[in-house]
Amino acid sequence: MLSIRLYLAQRITAMLMAPLVLLHLGVMVYAIQGGLTSSEILGRTQGSLFWGLTYGLFVVALSIHAAIGLRVVIHEWFGLNESLLNWITYAITLLLLGLGGRAVYAVVMS
Amino acid sequence: MVEEGNTIKVLLSRGNDSGSTLKEYEVPAKESQTVLDVVTWIQRNLEPDLSYRFACRVGMCGSCAMTVNGKPRWTCRTHVSKVMDGETITIEPLRNMPVIKDLACDLNEFFEKWTKARGHFIPTKTRDDPIELISPKEKKRREANAGIECINCGVCYSSCDVVEQNDKYLGPAALNRAWTLINDVRDGGRVERLKAVTSEGGCQSCHSQQGCTTYCPNTLNPTRSIAGLKKAAFVATLKGEL
Amino acid sequence: MIKPHRNQPLWYAFMLHRLSGVALALFLPLHFYILGLALNDPESLDGMLLWTENPLVKFAEFGLVFLLAVHMFGGLRLLALEFLPWKSAQKTFAAAAVAIAFFVALVFLLRAI
Repeated sequence: MLSIRLYLAQRITAMLMAPLVLLHLGVMVYAIQGGLTSSEILGRTQGSLFWGLTYGLFVVALSIHAAIGLRVVIHEWFGLNESLLNWITYAITLLLLGLGGRAVYAVVMS
Repeated sequence: MVEEGNTIKVLLSRGNDSGSTLKEYEVPAKESQTVLDVVTWIQRNLEPDLSYRFACRVGMCGSCAMTVNGKPRWTCRTHVSKVMDGETITIEPLRNMPVIKDLACDLNEFFEKWTKARGHFIPTKTRDDPIELISPKEKKRREANAGIECINCGVCYSSCDVVEQNDKYLGPAALNRAWTLINDVRDGGRVERLKAVTSEGGCQSCHSQQGCTTYCPNTLNPTRSIAGLKKAAFVATLKGEL
Repeated sequence: MIKPHRNQPLWYAFMLHRLSGVALALFLPLHFYILGLALNDPESLDGMLLWTENPLVKFAEFGLVFLLAVHMFGGLRLLALEFLPWKSAQKTFAAAAVAIAFFVALVFLLRAI
């Protein structure tokens, strides 16, 4: 259900994300003053290698972290078998990677 | 109020996994009465076929562990006056284990998991070798000593959500024992034991809820031991040992 | 109702961590979709951002910031528990995580309104 490798992957992505979440919280608290428009966001993120890499890394780490976390919750609360759990874990990872990657691309490239 | 001359209302679980009910009894209140006293009184005076376990009745053996008002406890060390739920006390068998009958559980799986976690010492020396001198002040010995008073009573196992929801989970007692052995410098099975406690149902499944630590009657801290195992597993993985 | 044996602070800390994680995971696809509007439909993005000026939405955002912060600070407590030497003040740390997270979310809300 949860191998030591999946557990370590979850903890390592957690460690990776701690500074990224702090950054994101800081950015949100800073940026929200006076309302938020798309031009305000895009003005800062468009063409920015820094934001692209930072939030890109964030998306990769959270796709793994969230998928493994949800795997554990689904197993403990719904008792699905290993094979089904694996499918669901991969599906969640790909969904978050896909949508998240697209979102990062959208604000950096467009 | 538990006073001499009064009676207390006791709800006792009768039956087994195929069907059990809470049966009500009136028991005379006595000063300094323990829950074990209550169960024994019921068996002797009202229900001769009541099944329950006890041995030392002085808080050393752990045999009398049951669920009292929802919490796992040693009944010989639980004063009725301290745990009364209004006028009632509810006594059920330990959670997370099959019920053989009434208040007696089957601890076989609990002990099998102890073995699965390699909770046994693997010697490296013979009687002809000199005795290994280990100071009780050494860090590893202190870590081991913090956990070795476990008497396999099953209270921690009974308090754990993960045990309840993940039938492969080895449980706090087995993992705690494995940790004490990993800290025993004389033991020869360190890597095998680390593999055992990181396989399916191993230490990685613990959520640090500390139910085990909250209810252990010997004031042990299995959560701490399991955290030690997690860190040891992390280091061993980095080294390629696992 | 919460079963009696679960009625202890660190079980609540566990449940808060789990529920905040699940809530964040469920929120993310929506969050990513809205940001993705910048790609082909920036007018819709601006429309969405305007809609979020609604006080109820601001309050929901406050909730989300709290959930993210409490999940992270609670998670830091767990990482410390698992990889650093044991500290017995776990209940204190768990309470501190909730308090700091609430403070961060409050600062967000006060700046937002």
